[in-house]
This record gives sequence, structure tokens and C-alpha cells, in this order.
Amino acid sequence: MNGAQDLGGQMGFGPIELEDNEPNFHAAWEERAFALTLAMGATGSWTIDTSRFARESLPPADYLSSSYYEIWTKGLEKLLLDKELVTAEELKQGKALGPAKPVARVLTAETVAPVLAKGGPADREQEQPARFRVGDRVRTKRMHPETHTRLPRYARDAEGVIEVIHGVHVFPDSNAHGKGEQPTWLYSVAFKGTDIWGEDSDPKLTLRIDLWEPYLDIA
Amino acid sequence: MSGHDHSHDHDHSELSDIELRVRALETLLTEKGYIDPPALDELIETYETKIGPKNGARVVARAWADPDYRDRLMKDATAAIAEFGFTGRQGEHMVAVENDETTHNMVVCTLCSCYPWTVLGLPPVWYKSPPYRSRAVRDPRGVLDEFGVHLPEEKEIRVWDSTAEVRYLVIPERPHGTHGWSEDRLAELVTRDSMIGTGLALDPAKRETAA
Repeated sequence: MNGAQDLGGQMGFGPIELEDNEPNFHAAWEERAFALTLAMGATGSWTIDTSRFARESLPPADYLSSSYYEIWTKGLEKLLLDKELVTAEELKQGKALGPAKPVARVLTAETVAPVLAKGGPADREQEQPARFRVGDRVRTKRMHPETHTRLPRYARDAEGVIEVIHGVHVFPDSNAHGKGEQPTWLYSVAFKGTDIWGEDSDPKLTLRIDLWEPYLDIA
Repeated sequence: MSGHDHSHDHDHSELSDIELRVRALETLLTEKGYIDPPALDELIETYETKIGPKNGARVVARAWADPDYRDRLMKDATAAIAEFGFTGRQGEHMVAVENDETTHNMVVCTLCSCYPWTVLGLPPVWYKSPPYRSRAVRDPRGVLDEFGVHLPEEKEIRVWDSTAEVRYLVIPERPHGTHGWSEDRLAELVTRDSMIGTGLALDPAKRETAA
């Protein structure tokens, strides 16, 4: 969706704020918000793509004025409500008012290390041949779905070259919305800066963007 | 200025909305049995003490010191990084990209905050914030200026937008004057930013002067 998260090429945000010896967390609540999000993710109640969509579909003014872990917290609350794991009244009161819904698993201290070490690979069996070969010139689609997509706005309707074929990966556009993984070929596509930003672009800028087959046509 | 000179109780009366909100969430989810609070402590502890940019620095140092390892890393970074035991979450599909005389690589996630956790730990705030995410893809040279990195105009800047589950680790150029150094010593030159591409490896000559 064309939400506030799709930041590539937007202007006016000012200088980058650097911090020497930056800590991972700037407050105790950030630690808890981080860990709550990971622990709830581990229950298997939603996919990583669904959780990204929950965050990016926050109203733009809210997204842009929230700190990172505020966005995570608000995204988590949305997911809990969407999946009916909690009610709005329970969130408001901060206590359970009814029975829990069953979840696939509950992360324990002992299982943290093995669960993190395993991760969640996104590659899947290859069931059909790749449509493109390395060196093919492709054009990204002009599209504006209101749903989740990983084709950034700045890279739509642009010409590039297939540089690497990563393999078959879970397709976020379907997986974010409960429509299954629909695994499809994922490519690294090379773009010239001038083909994205026009003649004002730094002539020595090139970009590499990981794009799924449905985003691409032969140029 | 009003004269509030009495002491405040920071544990109770001044909790911000977000602190209260997160605390309420944790209580609720614990009561529901969806989470186990010691697991939260363990998650935090893991990223505070075990997983961070020192992991990546070891990978880079070995790539500099051992040509066979460098070849394995460039061919299959996930497997080569797993040789150190660095595997899993947000490092499932690793790709190493190497800086050289003609090319400088820089990594961003314009759509969220994708970052190679297994080798770099959790991303810094600037990496996740609009100024970097908006500008890295359009004006990387301007961004690098803000990091104090000034590259020759003829050098290609290759920006990697992490849109999928593939995670990128930049292998910075090995500094001059490090011939014959051990991996441990080399690793001390490898900064977090040099592995994102917003910095360069430390120059040993300058380090000695500083020390």
C-alpha cells in the first residue's frame, strides 16, 4: 500500500540523527515492546508479512510521528485485535476479561535460543521454471495496490536488468493477507540511478532491489 | 517557569502513555498465557549481550585474512556465516557484497527496517528512521557526507534496498598497513557502519595516533 512506510525518495525529513555508542534500547519499555513483538510472533498467530502490513497501515500522520517501538506496539495491538486474541476492552483495562484463544506455541526462556537460531527461512521448493534469466531487461509494473506489496513506489514502471536469481520465495503480497504463501521467483534487479530519478540523478548511482516475478515484465 | 521543585516519583506518577500501554500489554498477554515473561528477558538479554556487530566483524576479518573463506562467503554467505554459528532470525538468506576500488556498497530498507540481525544485531535508530530511509536510495553521496565519508566522484555507489528476506552484509575494503595482522586484530577495525556501507573500516594509522 502507498502508506507512510514507503519512504524511498521522499523529501524534507532533514539530516540523519547520529548517536555515538548508541544503545539497542533507549528506555525499558522499548525492551519490552521489542520482546513482546517477537514473543507474540513466535506463537504462530500471524506471518512476518502480516505484521509488516499492520505497521504500515497505521495512518500516515501516526506512523511518521511515532518512534520505532511505538510503531511496533501499535502494530502489535492491531494484530491482537484482528486475530481476536484480545478484545479492545481488555487492551484498555490491561487485564484478561475472558478466556484465551489457543495458539500454536508459547515461547519459553529455554526455547529462545533454538527458535532464534532456526529463524524463518522464506525459500520454498521450485515447482515451475523461472520466467527471467540473468541479463534480461525487465520493467517493473505500474501498480498501486491498497494491500501489502514490496515493490517500492520509487521503483515502479522502471527499467532494470535481472542480475541474480535468488530462488523461489514466499510472496509477501499474498502471504500478508491470509491468501497463502504463493511462492514465486525472487530476483535481484539492477537499476541505474538515472532510470529511477531522471537526469538529475548522481550518474554513478546504481540500485539493487529484490523483486518477485509478478512485479516484472519483459522490457 | 513554574516552581515545581518537589521531587517526583518516577516509578509511578510519571509513566508516559506508551510506558503504560506496553506495561498493560505485557500484563494482559501474560494473563492470557500467550507469553512467558522469562522468555522476554531472554530475548532482550540475547540481543544485548550475544548478537551484535562483533559477529559481523569476525566474518569480515576472516574474509580479509583467508582467501578461501572470502570465496565461500561471496558464493554462499548464509553457509559461510553459519561456520561461526551465526544463523537464524533475520539472517536466513545472507548475501555479502564487497567494496573495492571502483564500487561502494550501501544497504537500506526503504519500506521498513530489514537488517542482518545475525551479524549486526539490532539496527540503530537512524537506520530505521525517515531521513535515512528516504534519502539513501536517491542521494547516497549526501547521506555519506553526513557520516563523514567522502568518496571519489568516479566511484560507483551501489545501494541495496532490502525489500525481501535477503539480508546484505557489506565487506569493507581492507585498510592499508594491515598486512599479516591476525583476525582478532583485523576485527577491531571493522565498525558496524562499515558493514552497512555508511562507514569505512578504521584506518590503523589514525587509530594509533588517536591512542
